Amino acid sequence: MAEEGQQHPLKIYYMIWTLLFVVSFFSYMVDYLQFQGYLRWTLILVFMFVKAGFIIAIFMHMKWERLAFKLAILGPPVAILVLIGLMSLEGNYVEGSRIESYGESTFEPETPGHH
Amino acid sequence: MSEAVLDSGAQEAQGGQGVVDDWSRDKQVFGLPWGKAMMWIFLLSDTFIFSCFLVGYMMVRISTTDPWPVPSEVFALTIFGESIPLVLIAIMTFILITSSGTMALAVNMGYRKDRKKTFWLMVSTAALGASFVGMQAFEWTKLISEGVRPWANPFGAAQFGSSFFMITGFHGLHVSAGVIYLLVIAFRVKNGFYEKRGGNYEIVEITGLYWHFVDLVWVFIFAFFYLW
Repeated sequence: MAEEGQQHPLKIYYMIWTLLFVVSFFSYMVDYLQFQGYLRWTLILVFMFVKAGFIIAIFMHMKWERLAFKLAILGPPVAILVLIGLMSLEGNYVEGSRIESYGESTFEPETPGHH
Repeated sequence: MSEAVLDSGAQEAQGGQGVVDDWSRDKQVFGLPWGKAMMWIFLLSDTFIFSCFLVGYMMVRISTTDPWPVPSEVFALTIFGESIPLVLIAIMTFILITSSGTMALAVNMGYRKDRKKTFWLMVSTAALGASFVGMQAFEWTKLISEGVRPWANPFGAAQFGSSFFMITGFHGLHVSAGVIYLLVIAFRVKNGFYEKRGGNYEIVEITGLYWHFVDLVWVFIFAFFYLW
């Protein structure tokens, strides 16, 4: 199998390619239609994981690799979730102590594109 | 005789038993060409680098008390007198996806030993990548002219500029390196370099892995930096 490399029918590539376009269009629409709050964040994450999944599984051929290899490559990034969790806790704490020590921000932002 | 039987057994076991077999049999763990395994391991390390950038961005965005600039407005472009949010970023996203598709086809044509098609598909991929970097240069120029700096910007929290230049800059560097890498391999495919080495076109797949990874990173940057 390894000698032959990854040979698959072209059809699956065209299909995934089209799907990637469609999903990207949807994720742009999330911004264009100005969805806000939890709906926005959920949609962004769903579309992101769908796209990432298609690219890794089909374009990078991970779907057809052996499980030992899948685990070796896709396992370690799970550790990043721990970092995300710790840093969001830390970030919220830092923000709280900044407001406590220095008060709320007095920054007056300009609106982009008007000058 | 019995060894041969064991070996064919190792090829067939799937799932959990396959994992145990792969790690415990007296053989190479991953039945992959070393170049491909090494590219994956490099990409794994790169995943951690980009994750650190994105987590750092998350941390500064949470912890700043200044308002975060609205990406939808900062990256809007005025086309024919109408302001369209995030339009250039959307175009860049579609370009990168297009290039991922041409790359996937190049890998396939490589294994079919169709050197001409492989060459042209890889060159188109590189051209799309180069246009992506060009648009990013345009985006940088626009933001810099509006006063966005790594240490301050008129639209909100100073950390916006530092995260933007760091993350997109590092990604752009990856795309630029990828364009060079693609062109080198494409011309080697064209002039028959791999024919002299037994006609093995695994290298096209390895190059493809790198290129798809660059696209993959953009998926995350697009979601977290531009859309969030």
